[in-house]
Amino acid sequence: MEDRQSLVSRIREGDCAVLKRDDVFKAVPVLRRRKIIFEKQWFYLDNAIGHVYGTTFEVTGGGNLQPKQEAEETNKETKEAGTDNRNIVDDGKSQKLTHDDIKALKDKGIKGQEIVQQLIENSTTFRDKTEFAQDKYIKKKKKKYEALITIVKPSTRILSTMYYAREPGKINHLRYDTLAQMLTLGNIRAGNKMIVMETCAGLVLGAVMERMGGYGSIIQMYPGGGPVRAATSCFGFPKVFFDNLHEFPLSKVDSLLSGTFSTETLPSEPEDNVLAEEESNGLTDEKQTSLQETEEESTTEAAMEINRTEEQETMDINAEGVEHKENKEKENKENVREKQRKQWERRKKLLETAALLREKNADGLIVASKFHPTPLLLALLEFVAPSRPFVVYCQYKEPLLECYTKLRERGGVVNLKLSETWLRSYQVLPDRSHPKLTMSGGGGYLLSGITVVLDKGKSDSSNLEALKMEEPSSKRCKVQDLHC
Amino acid sequence: MSFAEYGDTIKDGDTAIVFLGHESMFPVKVQHGTVTQTKYGVIRHSTDLIGKKYGSKVTCSKGGWVFILHPTPELWTMNLPHRTQILYSTDISIITMMLELKPGSIVCESGTGSGSLSHAVIRTVAPTGHLYTVEFHQQRAEKAREEFREHGVEHLVTVTNQDVCRNGFGVSNIADAVFLDIPSPWEAIGHAKSALKAEGGRICSFSPCIEQVQRTCLAMEEYGFTEINTLEILLRVYNVRTISLQIPDLGKAAEDNSSTGFDSSNLSNQGSPCSNLQQGAVQFKSGVPLREMVGHTGYLTFATKSLF
Repeated sequence: MEDRQSLVSRIREGDCAVLKRDDVFKAVPVLRRRKIIFEKQWFYLDNAIGHVYGTTFEVTGGGNLQPKQEAEETNKETKEAGTDNRNIVDDGKSQKLTHDDIKALKDKGIKGQEIVQQLIENSTTFRDKTEFAQDKYIKKKKKKYEALITIVKPSTRILSTMYYAREPGKINHLRYDTLAQMLTLGNIRAGNKMIVMETCAGLVLGAVMERMGGYGSIIQMYPGGGPVRAATSCFGFPKVFFDNLHEFPLSKVDSLLSGTFSTETLPSEPEDNVLAEEESNGLTDEKQTSLQETEEESTTEAAMEINRTEEQETMDINAEGVEHKENKEKENKENVREKQRKQWERRKKLLETAALLREKNADGLIVASKFHPTPLLLALLEFVAPSRPFVVYCQYKEPLLECYTKLRERGGVVNLKLSETWLRSYQVLPDRSHPKLTMSGGGGYLLSGITVVLDKGKSDSSNLEALKMEEPSSKRCKVQDLHC
Repeated sequence: MSFAEYGDTIKDGDTAIVFLGHESMFPVKVQHGTVTQTKYGVIRHSTDLIGKKYGSKVTCSKGGWVFILHPTPELWTMNLPHRTQILYSTDISIITMMLELKPGSIVCESGTGSGSLSHAVIRTVAPTGHLYTVEFHQQRAEKAREEFREHGVEHLVTVTNQDVCRNGFGVSNIADAVFLDIPSPWEAIGHAKSALKAEGGRICSFSPCIEQVQRTCLAMEEYGFTEINTLEILLRVYNVRTISLQIPDLGKAAEDNSSTGFDSSNLSNQGSPCSNLQQGAVQFKSGVPLREMVGHTGYLTFATKSLF
């Protein structure tokens, strides 16, 4: 089976990889002589290059990675265990090794596994612990002293879990199972023509791209100066995946709908933004970690804004660094011409994307943003063909309540559903299975539905839906959709 | 029409969804000359359906109307004829993501059951992937094959009628992912492992009972699977309602119906919940949970087969 696509994939320089230690992930670019700090350890990825994805490495002295041999199982001795904890007293004296002893062991370069063994031997209470407690003890110590890191290939599963755990503020607290629902409810698949509007660092876009596998086309609607795709670049997609990825500024949507669209006034945007994210493949890794460390638990809108601009800055810097360095040294003239050419190209792309939207035949709409969903939905649904699904994510329920009502009033949609998912993990062990102690309190809300032909003549719905589901179209204040 | 590709117009031989109203819909096989009865009257396929755009409003003989929707795996899940218990879209979503399915993935599944998950998997792995699905019940296997043919996805799926616990999936070393929904999944873990690619892949087992999960987890460990993780996912649906709550009369001798201030400052500037003060009542929008919801479908156990 060493042929075709089943070729084992190896870690190559320049790849986007994900480091994994237990349940903690971090996306990194694979570069030589680049110091990586992960879970309080530092090391270089040089030695990992050429190994197969999924390999587990041990961090050795000098920050080298060494593939771990399959020398498992420490539980060689016959087990001796207590029956309960009636004789175990927490006096802080059960471990005879001191901090300094342990540090000395570490400094001597003793492997984690051996340190754990020593800890067990020097614990006066270990033998009295129940078998279960012993397991737990070993597991805990292993986690602390064994420096094992697995390098895996990025995927939606891994990146969405990683972002939710590390930087939920950057993805509007979109929990991975909620993202999973969006991809299914949106019927995302190869060959679709999708509209994606997200402010989740490009994670949702990446997930959609993965599910489309390079077939079909995607139009990313973006606010501000340019699309943000920091998370998208973590996926390490092949270049061809970007061939049919288009972008269109939100600020041009209204004019496109009203027919006054022109390319004369492009949104003011930092130079070469579009180009930038291609270059920023090396992702904004360091930026991200440093941000993560400073980020408070509840990320505010303001913080988000900062994140975003910082991301863009990084892109610019990257672009400058990689693209322009040589250029700059050349004549200014050429630079200007280059600029003009790029601007012309950008305008051409924008026109092409506008034409794609104008066909009004998109196969679906995915929205996951920090903006109020109502104006986005009301505008963007115009570009979607009838009998196609749409899904809107919002971190809060209330805006979706309003969005629901507005969509009812507008018509042209059926099967509207407001929902959230509830996710619980379990510890499964013989005779000791139970739900895990903590769980996420909420992963955000979804409003989904299906478009139908909207006959503009009748503004209200007659026999069916209205009767069953809905209250009379209310005499409500119409001020509310100004909230974006 | 195909479950793996959109089409614009309704054609003879399509499976379409007749949407009657909230949550009320059913599938029809579109055929020249056929009629379908609905509570709003008759739909004549030749004149009312064929050639029309998907998403169109169709007026039935009694004057009521319905929408005709393009089938999707999700609509199919809501409407398919049950031959077994089925997996619903909430579980299917997390399964698809956690198994890392995408175009080109090779997937093994057992049992096929009513084909609810199968349709969703086929949609996701198309156009270059494949689903090998194993069902030990002969009629069910037959029926599934027939449905896949009618739904235009037969080239993406192979249905085998055998017992996965005894005979495995009939393929080895080719799968990126394996899914098990059988009474004793622990008996099939070995077969699952050999179906997966040598370089590894993902597995998921769905079981309603924790005892099944326990045995399955032990078997997975025994066969060297890692990252074993069991979870449960539930869907909470909210009905959007306008609620009106009365303001209690506390007997104050107020000058100007007092609570206006409370109303406008507190509610209307939050954006969505609508609030109207009328005669001592406050109106607002609320997402009301269902009185009863599905509280358990099954435990999902995921694991990774790694290279070593």
